[in-house]
Amino acid sequence: MTTKISAGEIVGRGNREGATLFQDWYASLANTAEEGGRGAYVFVMGSFNEILKAFDLPIVFPEINSLQTAVRKVAHEYLRVAEDYGYSPDICGYVKADVAVQFSRGKHPMGRIPKPGIAILTNACNTYIKWAEFWERIHQIPVVTIDIPGTRDGIELEKQDAHDFANDQQYVIAQIKELIATCEEVTGTKFDIDKLREKMEAANTLSTSWKRIIELNKNQPSVFNALTDGTVFLGVANGFRGTKEGADYFTRLVEEMEFKAAHGIGAVDDEQYRLAFVGVPCYPIFRRFNEMFLQRGGTYINSTYLWFASGGANRGFEYELTDPINSLAEGVLLSVRSAMDSMFHQDRMLEEIADDYGIDGIVYHAIKSCRTVSTGLADARQSLSERRDIPSLFIESDMMDRRVVSEAQIKNRVDAFFEGLASRRQRADNA
Amino acid sequence: MVYAGGVDVGSTQTKAVIVDDQGTIISRALIDTGADVHGAAENTFAQSLKQGGLDKSDIAYVIGTGYGRYRVTFGDDQITEISCHGRGAVHMFPKTRTVIDMGGQDTKAIRVSPSGDIDDFSMNDKCAAGTGRFLGAASSALEIPLDDLGTVALAFTRPVRISTTCTVFAESEVLSWLGKGKKVEDILWGVHQSIAVRSFALLRRVGVEQEVTFTGGVARNAAMIKALEEKAGVQFNISEESHFMGALGAALFALDRVAGGQKTQPAAETDR
Repeated sequence: MTTKISAGEIVGRGNREGATLFQDWYASLANTAEEGGRGAYVFVMGSFNEILKAFDLPIVFPEINSLQTAVRKVAHEYLRVAEDYGYSPDICGYVKADVAVQFSRGKHPMGRIPKPGIAILTNACNTYIKWAEFWERIHQIPVVTIDIPGTRDGIELEKQDAHDFANDQQYVIAQIKELIATCEEVTGTKFDIDKLREKMEAANTLSTSWKRIIELNKNQPSVFNALTDGTVFLGVANGFRGTKEGADYFTRLVEEMEFKAAHGIGAVDDEQYRLAFVGVPCYPIFRRFNEMFLQRGGTYINSTYLWFASGGANRGFEYELTDPINSLAEGVLLSVRSAMDSMFHQDRMLEEIADDYGIDGIVYHAIKSCRTVSTGLADARQSLSERRDIPSLFIESDMMDRRVVSEAQIKNRVDAFFEGLASRRQRADNA
Repeated sequence: MVYAGGVDVGSTQTKAVIVDDQGTIISRALIDTGADVHGAAENTFAQSLKQGGLDKSDIAYVIGTGYGRYRVTFGDDQITEISCHGRGAVHMFPKTRTVIDMGGQDTKAIRVSPSGDIDDFSMNDKCAAGTGRFLGAASSALEIPLDDLGTVALAFTRPVRISTTCTVFAESEVLSWLGKGKKVEDILWGVHQSIAVRSFALLRRVGVEQEVTFTGGVARNAAMIKALEEKAGVQFNISEESHFMGALGAALFALDRVAGGQKTQPAAETDR
């Protein structure tokens, strides 16, 4: 017997359950901190969640902690602490907010954050390296840097040379083994490969679901807002990768999105313009930023953030569980390369998205405190505009620092962008 | 006769224009915006009505534009000054494809379609470098009225290179050059060149497609025109109405609304 689900039950479930999981995660971190426990500090581009969770290490994403201070309108308090200490206003706001968290013994608006017992990073972002050095210095903890060999073809699997890829994979395998040995030292626990398999199986469910959810937004109307709903999904994808809760959440999220697609239920009531977002969101005015577009009939269908910040889910890669370490190395190599190279090849990827998702306009959000994601935006925009006639808007603000976020100026640009979109549509209708 | 109005509430000045059903300017008014943005909008509009010998009830539609557009509460709708400057420029110079609008607080480069719609635009961000505010800082440091800056600057013989692009530091740099015995006109020309460099960067982002029309309050400054034209390597269209171009564009959009979406034909080709 099948149970019929009503729209009232299922629509919005992902956001509700995502918020609950998120709060539970932070409550659990606060408990760890109160009990004097330590966490594994990781980053979204290559978190190695599967290994760390096989050792039952509490996972802390300092990037997510930092953006939460901006969403909760207190980032300026944290930035000021780091700047008073001597950090320049031009340095990554995520780093500075975390510096303040560390200086205040884990004080955070979501609850106390445990100190690190180990930190793991990749070379996907060069700031990661300097950031981890800070923890290493003040907490005297082991820092494991996984060096992911780059390629300029990371997003196009078929272009990757098989021999080179196999060599690179061996290089990553060796580093994963070093990571395992360090985790054994830190936790005093022997590595259990079957436990790793269990975590990887859960990650497989999450990754395949993620891919499905993103693809479901090809639907018209779109089933979720890539900027607002997407950020909730990203939080769960990172924090709960390799867990049963994460796998169940995404299975249910697919169910919700498929239901919406089947019943023509859109993310917004009146979807007039389908937009793609490039970069990191404007967290200091997160809701308001989105409203400026919504008020003019624009909704975000896709976002580069959903690729490079998805913690490895972006490719929908499924691990081969019979050979976990090799497969983990392959997955990490592909997903981290993809995250890095997606910034270089954004124009190509955006072109595909524009075609596949019926995009009316692209919004590039360059942010002052992140060179990694912002440096190539002007090039990507120029390159794409030479090949395709897709209207675009370039906004400069920040992900953390409200001092460089001018709501009035952003609104002016957004309004002008929509005036251009409207006249363009009118011309097309008249033609 | 049908009349339509546009009110451009800018950061320093508020402008109002009333047009007839042919898009011809009937009257115009300008006052300093000040702290009472709503009052500035009302007063400017009232002055334009008085100048045209018209009553509010004669105006079929009013559009507010500029930063204070949402404070034009007596208006019927709001449109950004980006669209309005584009529309006004194409109306005055129908072959316009690029607009550079330099106002008190921001500078915009706008690429427009033949119908005056926005194809692309670029603006200075929170920093006021490359805007009229930079001239204001020089005016204050040199104690020369804003309106005279261009004339004085054009008497330059040995230009000074102004290195700062920061409006806050402009004043101290100007004073430091004075201290070194440099002539006022040489310093001022350097100030204009510095602004031109910043503004040209915006133009380059949207592409300098001819014809280029220079609008906004600073378009009345002859030295600014010369500096920007030299940088861009093209001659600009300059209208007598450059200061009112945003308000004119708003009034023309208002007229479109009255005509049920039909666009008012551009004015006959106007020579510079």
